[in-house]
Amino acid sequence: MTTIDVTPETGKKPESPANPRRRVYRPNTKYIPILATLALLVIMYTSGVVNYENFGQPSVLVNLFRDNAVLLVVAVGMTFVILTGGIDLSVGAVISMTTTLTATLLQGGWPPLVVLVLVLLLGSLLGAGQGAVIHYFKVEPFIATLAGLFLARGIALFINQSSIPIRDETWKAISEYRIEIADGVVTKPIAIVALAAVLIAAAVLAWTRFGRNVYAIGGNADSALLMGLPVGRTRIAVYTLSGFCAALGGVLFSINSTSGWALQGNGLELDAIAACVIGGVLLTGGSGYVFGTLLGVMVTGLIQTIIIFQGDLNSAWTRIIVGVLLFAFIVMQRLVTRKVKQ
Amino acid sequence: MTGIRKVFPGVVALDGVDFRLFPGEIHALMGENGAGKSTLIKVLTGVYEIDGGDIKLAGEPVRISGPLQAQQVGVSTVYQEVNLCTNLSVAENIFIGREPRRFGRIQWGVMRRRAAELLGRLDLNLDVSAPLSTYSLAIQQMVAIARAVDVSARVLILDEPTSSLDSSEVEQLFAVMRRLKADGVAILFVSHFLDQIYEVSDRLTVLRNGQLIGEYRTAELPQVQLVEKMIGKELAALEDLEDKAQRTREKAAEAKPVIEARGLGRTGAIAPYDLTIHEGEVVGLAGLLGSGRTELARLLFGADKADEGELRVAGKPVNLRSPQLAMKRGIAFSSENRRTEGIIGDLSVRENIILALQASRGWTRPIPRKRQDEIVEKYIKALQIRPADPERPVRNLSGGNQQKVLLARWLITEPKLLIIDEPTRGIDVGAKAEIQKLVAELSDGGMAVLFVSAELEEVLRLSHKIEVLRDRRLVEELENTSDVDADRIMRTIASGATS
Repeated sequence: MTTIDVTPETGKKPESPANPRRRVYRPNTKYIPILATLALLVIMYTSGVVNYENFGQPSVLVNLFRDNAVLLVVAVGMTFVILTGGIDLSVGAVISMTTTLTATLLQGGWPPLVVLVLVLLLGSLLGAGQGAVIHYFKVEPFIATLAGLFLARGIALFINQSSIPIRDETWKAISEYRIEIADGVVTKPIAIVALAAVLIAAAVLAWTRFGRNVYAIGGNADSALLMGLPVGRTRIAVYTLSGFCAALGGVLFSINSTSGWALQGNGLELDAIAACVIGGVLLTGGSGYVFGTLLGVMVTGLIQTIIIFQGDLNSAWTRIIVGVLLFAFIVMQRLVTRKVKQ
Repeated sequence: MTGIRKVFPGVVALDGVDFRLFPGEIHALMGENGAGKSTLIKVLTGVYEIDGGDIKLAGEPVRISGPLQAQQVGVSTVYQEVNLCTNLSVAENIFIGREPRRFGRIQWGVMRRRAAELLGRLDLNLDVSAPLSTYSLAIQQMVAIARAVDVSARVLILDEPTSSLDSSEVEQLFAVMRRLKADGVAILFVSHFLDQIYEVSDRLTVLRNGQLIGEYRTAELPQVQLVEKMIGKELAALEDLEDKAQRTREKAAEAKPVIEARGLGRTGAIAPYDLTIHEGEVVGLAGLLGSGRTELARLLFGADKADEGELRVAGKPVNLRSPQLAMKRGIAFSSENRRTEGIIGDLSVRENIILALQASRGWTRPIPRKRQDEIVEKYIKALQIRPADPERPVRNLSGGNQQKVLLARWLITEPKLLIIDEPTRGIDVGAKAEIQKLVAELSDGGMAVLFVSAELEEVLRLSHKIEVLRDRRLVEELENTSDVDADRIMRTIASGATS
């Protein structure tokens, strides 16, 4: 019963005895997408500076954060979801639900702080519900959050179908408040909130167990379970977080426009997903960074800025360019992951 | 620790199995595929809940409700497929879920240093911050073991850890296992390689059909007896085959050629080769993995397009541009990748078997259900597919039985030439013998068979003629006479053409 064990010679690379002290820098494959986005951003910015007057002023960059604060916050939540290999389609609808609810409650004379806590709680709760359905009933995230989309949008339309103005003093004060960063460079509080969200999220992903579990689940959920990681808890937490971020986005929206409207944030979930993908977050999960998402949002924002500076271009070009970029980045992700597998 | 004991009355997968594991021993769990080894392991690690019986750990009754809890009580597992996250770094894979923290913040430096230390103890020197996917499967396996050892040092379960390692890596693994054993760790070891079992294990437990056959000291149980206990029948079936191949050889030489290849080749896949297969002849393809075995076979089936040479089927020149054309001419190809290219796990046994026949008829002419049932029943019986339930999803069958379903699929198209690529890989001894016997019978019935296998013994046992491949080139054709043995073929593989 001797079996001749024909050991394959191919397919095995000799392991280089890596010296932990001396590490030659080579761009790790996982950084390639984010570096590509960064390069794209730099090229776009310099070409803007070269072609248009006043493009080089610091306020152009600072205003990117102000104008895209809502998208940035929502995309941060979306990054967590996509990192686990999921998707959250409900975020745009949660924004509209939040804005209408906020506006209605403030109109009814509720204390602003109570309204704030209430809507954030509601968004988180909806997210948690979606996460629970996805985890316990093994429903595809696409379907579960699609249901969430209809639900939230429906609630918003049920509350009020038309635009509701906000006359609350606190809301107005925050909306009109300006922060002076440097001489002549001012920004709004919502930009600071968005930036804080990015920094906190990046820290959570890099330095907490929860963050690392998110990556592990996205890499291989079965393995994560067998390694004893709290897969269910993490997954639900991720959707809760996304719901929270969407609600926060809605609050920022209502502050910025001092109104609430049920059609607000329509299709924003797709913008958020696009920003993640352009920022190098792998749609199959397990790879990507919040800073990539930030870059993705900056790219779309910069396209809009350039179009405004150009003046004679139709704003539809933003969408066309985003579409082309999406294609390019998805193909690039494909090529990079294929290289890793070989 | 007095040992683990468990009883499962009335359950199909495990029927009242007792199992004891002592600290400081390497205990092998033996049995064919489907004997209940995996179930037992999954019960131990909390993936499955037990329906009866009890588990004691160090004399204390425990209830293991999940992998995390299993780890907490000291039971860690390394599975056959490496269950790690390849997108994370080596260090993270070892420590995830247990990262060293300070004020809730993961201390990456401490983690990397401890990972390097731990791997150093296993004589591994890796860049622990590199993603796991940059390392070979063998290294990934070692990392999995390092994790398991570090998580808990009481019970370590190794489920087929050696199937992806080469011999020096196996030695390294065994060295690690022996060191852990000396430290008082109880190791449960599962392997299909009997030699490895005898090399490293102290005791072994044999399971068959979910039942306990017995527990033995490895040194006191000869290999032949062990195999008999595993499959529950004598090995005579295998012995028979030797004579059969010898007997039919003369006849085969006079038969008409089914397929002739002249200078057939494909750049980058296989150098041009000549090959003739006659009716009732079994031609074996021998060579290392990656030597071009599969590539050669795929050209004959039209799965890849040849870019030079000519091919004759039944004497007529043909151009096989696609598998459909090859099937029309009576060529069937059973793929080596049972799971990805052959079996459709969610379809039933019946649907899987009918697939190829239906495809050759065209989808516009469905086969009547009654006729389907007849055919399927006949082949389930003929090939002894177990369980003999045509409506069961194929996913739930063991590897050997999936292979039989795949064979049945091609057999009902009544091919003139059957190409089978690695039909016996990853299946157990008993099913292997049955499939080999089947091939021999088919060739007796006049079918030409091209048999591709990495196991030389198997090729030798079945083939009338052996084609030896090396570096994507057909280097030698050997008539399988009594003076041809594994050594002879190995020499050719090692040195190139000798004649």
